Amino acid sequence: MALTGMDIYKLLPKKNCKECGFPTCLAFAMKLAQGGVEAEKCPYMSEDAKTRLSEATAPPMRTVKFGAGDRCYSLGGETVLFRHEKTFVNRTRFAVAFSDTMSDEEIQSKIEHMNTVDYIRISEEMYVEIAAVECKSGNKDTFLSLIKRVKDGCKKAVPMIITSDPEIAKAAVEECKELGPILFGANEQNYEAMVNLAKQYNLLLGVTAPDQEKLYELVQKIQNLGYRELLLSTESTSLKQVFDDVVNIRRTALVSQDRTFGYPTVVFANKLAKEKMMQLAIATLFVEKYGSVIVLDDIDYSLALPLFALRQNIYTDPQRPMKVEQGLYKIGSADENAPLLVTVDFALTYFIVSGEVERSKVPAWVLIPDAGGYSVLTAWAAGKLSGKTIAKAVKDFTVEEKLKTREIIIPGKVAVLKADIEDELPGWKVVVGPEEAALLPKFLRDYTDKKVS
Amino acid sequence: MTYKKPVQKFSGKIKEITLGENLKLGGESVLPFYSFDGDTGNKPAIGLEIWDVYPEDWPTTIMEELGDKAKKPAEWAKFCEEKYKPDFICLRFVGANQDMGDRTPEECAQIAKEVAEAVKLPLVIAGCDSNEKNGKIFTKVAEALADKNYAFLSAVEANYKEVGAAVGLAYGNIVVAESSVDLNLAKQLNILLTQLGVKWEKMLMNPGTSAVGYGFEYVITTMDRIRLAALDQNDTTLQLPMVMPISFDTWKVKESVATEQDAPEWGDREERGIAMEISTAVGVLAAGANAVVLRHPRSLEVVREFINNLI
Repeated sequence: MALTGMDIYKLLPKKNCKECGFPTCLAFAMKLAQGGVEAEKCPYMSEDAKTRLSEATAPPMRTVKFGAGDRCYSLGGETVLFRHEKTFVNRTRFAVAFSDTMSDEEIQSKIEHMNTVDYIRISEEMYVEIAAVECKSGNKDTFLSLIKRVKDGCKKAVPMIITSDPEIAKAAVEECKELGPILFGANEQNYEAMVNLAKQYNLLLGVTAPDQEKLYELVQKIQNLGYRELLLSTESTSLKQVFDDVVNIRRTALVSQDRTFGYPTVVFANKLAKEKMMQLAIATLFVEKYGSVIVLDDIDYSLALPLFALRQNIYTDPQRPMKVEQGLYKIGSADENAPLLVTVDFALTYFIVSGEVERSKVPAWVLIPDAGGYSVLTAWAAGKLSGKTIAKAVKDFTVEEKLKTREIIIPGKVAVLKADIEDELPGWKVVVGPEEAALLPKFLRDYTDKKVS
Repeated sequence: MTYKKPVQKFSGKIKEITLGENLKLGGESVLPFYSFDGDTGNKPAIGLEIWDVYPEDWPTTIMEELGDKAKKPAEWAKFCEEKYKPDFICLRFVGANQDMGDRTPEECAQIAKEVAEAVKLPLVIAGCDSNEKNGKIFTKVAEALADKNYAFLSAVEANYKEVGAAVGLAYGNIVVAESSVDLNLAKQLNILLTQLGVKWEKMLMNPGTSAVGYGFEYVITTMDRIRLAALDQNDTTLQLPMVMPISFDTWKVKESVATEQDAPEWGDREERGIAMEISTAVGVLAAGANAVVLRHPRSLEVVREFINNLI
């Protein structure tokens, strides 16, 4: 099935025009074979060659999009089953469920919750990306007024319209088409009308069927109509079966290389469990195992803090560790006399250190120099954590103006840096801290006690 | 074309290890919860954490239910066994830490004995922050509870000889080999312990954990790789059930510790702690953990229901 670079080269015009951005046709062909560029980049390829190529070189799982403007998101496009094999690319997106039979108060409260949960974690803004609005009343006007209300209330959310009635769907799409909504509800009965609607507005189409076999047949029919912007789901009602469905849809695409199931999936955690903590457990499972959209009944910080953090972890590129921004971080109500610690910008280290400082209840400052995103010992070995880099951070973040203290606590594992730092920072005294972060609370308490006495 | 459901068969299998008299762990020959591929082995077990000292900063509802029982580990363990029905009790010697009373190994052994006599459930014994001291604590406790087949958390690179010899060889208990989130270290420690003479049926492993959000991707990836090595490549040195004391981590991160005054928008503190615990537990279970240690009875209830729904 897969073409080699040489196979592709034979199909190319061999003009070496460089218009694709590569120096030669051969270089372009090689990149194309690896899936690193799209066939469309070549302006002189024959239509026939283009079709053959884009079919043969398309990734097993399609990347689809929804939303509009700066709220445009990609789903799918995954190439591996385990993140260590390469990386997971398009993170899970979360949705909160609304229906037009809910009370005014309930709708209002969910809107408020969605707006409240919006925060930054390691340079990433965290909020619920999707409002899943379901038509349960069967009444078009009731449904439209819900969409309008959610649209006006949750400015950041892209709607996911849930209905199996093509006529209501069309009106709903009209109501919010500028937001690039997801249209969910193509099934065996209505798929022709739903595909037409999705085509007309260029929407991501949610497809659903009772089980894996029937879903597979339905996707084939939809593909035969020429539509491939799809999001899959089964109507299974047990967690065990939904897990089976989601894992096997992904494996069919990536292991069997069968593109009929080469689409992302949506999991309605809200329909598998009523209770919030159980929905959290289910959502956790599907963040790790292949859910692309996860629908919850509601959101609050107790759900968001673990779920968004887990997602951030799972979708980190294993070849590129997470870095926190350099700077002077204040922990607790630290004043200008509070202790000052220094550690590296590797996110994991920073989190552990700042967590232990918080646990100590001693207000303090943590200085993060540019240490290349490495752990303490690696950064030291690579010369990234040194007297120079620490002195630079002290200067860059105007520590001497902000703080009165002239003592800096360094990680115990790099005690050898003491003299080096004191050379680079005249007037400063270096205090060697503990070797393990877990010992920081005791260390900080002793350190401040000594200062007082 | 008709749908052909993919199936993944492995040549390897996780060993079945019995904790105490009859709590069986492991035995699966497929990835976690992949019952559509084959035998998922024994249901993952859930333990509740108790301490040898009164916990000052535990969630209010736990402490209200426990009352004065939290001052006596044996009563505490018995209460947990009867009320919450976990699969095992994890007795942790926090009081052996230098700044928490510096309890001696002999005192630890006495407490462990009282707890073991008070409950029918198997025990998992966890130490303090010092590996060196844990070597001594585990030796005394294993001696006091000889041939009980209880698990000891943990033997690490720095103390595995002492712990392995006492727990696994001399006194007939189970050694948990703990490494810090690295497949090669996990493998090496398992091999070192067997070279010492510890039998596979007297071993479990803890490949290292953290709370979700705190480098948890390393935890998941290490576990994924350990399971794939054990099942797919039939690496016999990694075919041990994994026990993960996740509550030790989840209750000390910011999300669980910050008070409502510290972070008013975050809402109820206890609820946040429970959520971090549930999410982390499910996270490691989905990557292959065979047993988890939890702190909050509410988490126990949810995680148990989750497992039952998925098996």
